Amino acid sequence: MPIVAAVLALLPWVAPSQALSVNILLYGLFATGFNLLFGYTGLLSFGHAAFFGAGAYGAGIALAHYGVGWFGAIFIGVGVAGMLALLIGAVSIRSRGIYFSMVTLALAQLVYYAAFQATDWTGGENGLRGLTVSVLSLGPISLNFLDPTTKYYVLFAFVMFALWLLSRMLNAPFGAAMEAVRENESRARACGFDVRLIKLIAFVVSGLVCGLAGSLNALHLSIVPIDTLYYQTSGLAVMMALLGGAGTFLGPFIGAAIFLLIEDIFSLWTPHWQLFVGIIFMLAVLFMPRGVWGTLAGWYRERRA
Amino acid sequence: MILSVDCLVKEYGGFVALADVTAEFPRGQMTAIIGPNGAGKSTFFSLLSGAIAPSAGRIIFEGANITGLPQFRFARQGIARSYQITNLFPRLTAHENVRLACQALSASARGDLWHDRSYHYGLAETADACLEQVGLLPRRLIEVSRLAHGEQRALEIAVALAGSPRLLLLDEPTAGMSPEETKQMMDLIARLATERTVLLVEHKMKLVMGLADRILVLHHGRLLASGTPDEIRADTQVRRVYLGEGRSGRG
Repeated sequence: MPIVAAVLALLPWVAPSQALSVNILLYGLFATGFNLLFGYTGLLSFGHAAFFGAGAYGAGIALAHYGVGWFGAIFIGVGVAGMLALLIGAVSIRSRGIYFSMVTLALAQLVYYAAFQATDWTGGENGLRGLTVSVLSLGPISLNFLDPTTKYYVLFAFVMFALWLLSRMLNAPFGAAMEAVRENESRARACGFDVRLIKLIAFVVSGLVCGLAGSLNALHLSIVPIDTLYYQTSGLAVMMALLGGAGTFLGPFIGAAIFLLIEDIFSLWTPHWQLFVGIIFMLAVLFMPRGVWGTLAGWYRERRA
Repeated sequence: MILSVDCLVKEYGGFVALADVTAEFPRGQMTAIIGPNGAGKSTFFSLLSGAIAPSAGRIIFEGANITGLPQFRFARQGIARSYQITNLFPRLTAHENVRLACQALSASARGDLWHDRSYHYGLAETADACLEQVGLLPRRLIEVSRLAHGEQRALEIAVALAGSPRLLLLDEPTAGMSPEETKQMMDLIARLATERTVLLVEHKMKLVMGLADRILVLHHGRLLASGTPDEIRADTQVRRVYLGEGRSGRG
C-alpha cells in the first residue's frame, strides 16, 4: 500500500504525458477491482466492462440528465455499479471455471446492447455527452478541474481512498477467506466457510471498485463512449492484471502502465499497434506467468529468504 | 447418542452407493467403519460431513435434524472431517492452513473486513495448539506443498481439530503411510479419541480391531454388521466377505 501510494503520487512527474498518468491511475484502479476477483478469489471474469461502464454511465447520466453535482455523481456511479455487480454476481457464481467466465461475458454483453439501444439515456453509439465538469466545488473549497495537475491529484485522492479500504479488507480475515476459496474451494467449504457468500461479497466489492474507476473516468473524459461497455474493455482489465501480476497489490497498476506505454509508443509508429501489444502480452504470460511485479516480488522474497 | 442416521440412501442415477443405512453413534466412543473397496465408506462419510446430500433418510446430530443443510453448517455445528486424499491449501503454510480453519468457525473473525488478521491473535494461538497436538509445531511456517507426505497427513488432522469439533470424522488417516508413520498416527488417534467422538474409516482391518469401541461393516452399500470388535470377528457373514478376503491377500 505505501509503495502504491508513493508510485502513484510521483507518476505525473515521470510519465511522458499528463494524459498517460491519468489513464494509468484510472485503468490501474479498474484492473485492481478485477484483480480482487481474479487474483485474490480465483474467479476469472470476462465481464468487468459492465461495472466500469455502469460507473461511467451512472455518474454521466446523473451529471448530464439530472444535474447532480460531481461528488454525488461519483456516488451514484459507484452505487449503480455495485447493484449491477450484485445482480450479475448472484447469477454467475452459481457456475465455476470457464462457465463462470462465459456467464459474466454474456451478461456484460447484455448490458452493452441495452446501453446501445437506450439512446435517450446513453446517447447510444455516439456516447454520452454534456457532462463537462470544469470546477469542483465542495463546501468552501473549489478547484479548477481543467488544470491537469489539480485534476490528477483530485482523482488520485479518490483512488487512494479506495485502495486504502481495499488494503484493509485484504489484510483482514476476510482477505484470508478469499485466498482460502482461491486455493481450495472444497476444503474452504469443509472448514466451515460460506464459499458462496464470500464469492458474492468479493464480486460486489470488485464491482464497486471498477464502478469508481468508471465514474472517475467519465469525469476525466467529459464523455462516456459506448466502447466503455464493450468486451474489449473487459479484456483490458484481464491483460493489465496478468501483465503486472495477478494477486499482487501493485501489479495491476504496473500492468496498466506497461500496456498504456506500449500503446502510446507503438501507435505513433503504426496503426497495427495492437499486434505488438498481443506479442508482448504472449511473451509476458509465457516467460513471466506471475506478471512483472509478481516475478520481481518473488525474486526479492527468495533472495531475502 | 451424539449422531444417528436413519434409513440413509445415496443414489447416483441408477447406481445405489449407499442403501438404507441406519446406525447410532454413542458420544465419546470410537467407531470404525470398515469394508472392502467400493463398499460405500467414503460416500457415507461425505453424507455425514454434508459434502453431499442424501437421496433419502435423515441425519440427526445432537438431537437436531441436519439433513440437507449446506456443508459449512455441518462444520459450524461441530462436525469436522479429514480426507483420504490430502485436501489442504497447498500454497499456504501449515500454520495458515489451521488458522483458516479456526477463522471459519469463529463468528467474530470469519466475516471481518476491517481489522488486521493479527487483531484476532487468539485464532493463531489455537492454530499453534492444534499443530502441537499432532507434532507439527516446529514446521508451522513451511508451505504445505513442501511438507512430507506423513506430515501432510498429520496436518489434515490438525485442520480438522481447529474448531475443537465434538464429532471427528477421519477418512483413512493412514493412507499411503509407512508402518512407522502408521503407528504414530494410530497413537495420535487413540489420544484424540479420549476427548471426543471419533468415526474412523479404515481399509486395514487389523489396525482398528485393537482401537475402536465399535465397528460397522459396509458391503456393497449396505450395513452388513455392527458390534464390538469381538462380535465382528465372530460374525460369519463378515468372515466370509471380508476376513476371508483379508487372509488370502492384504488386510
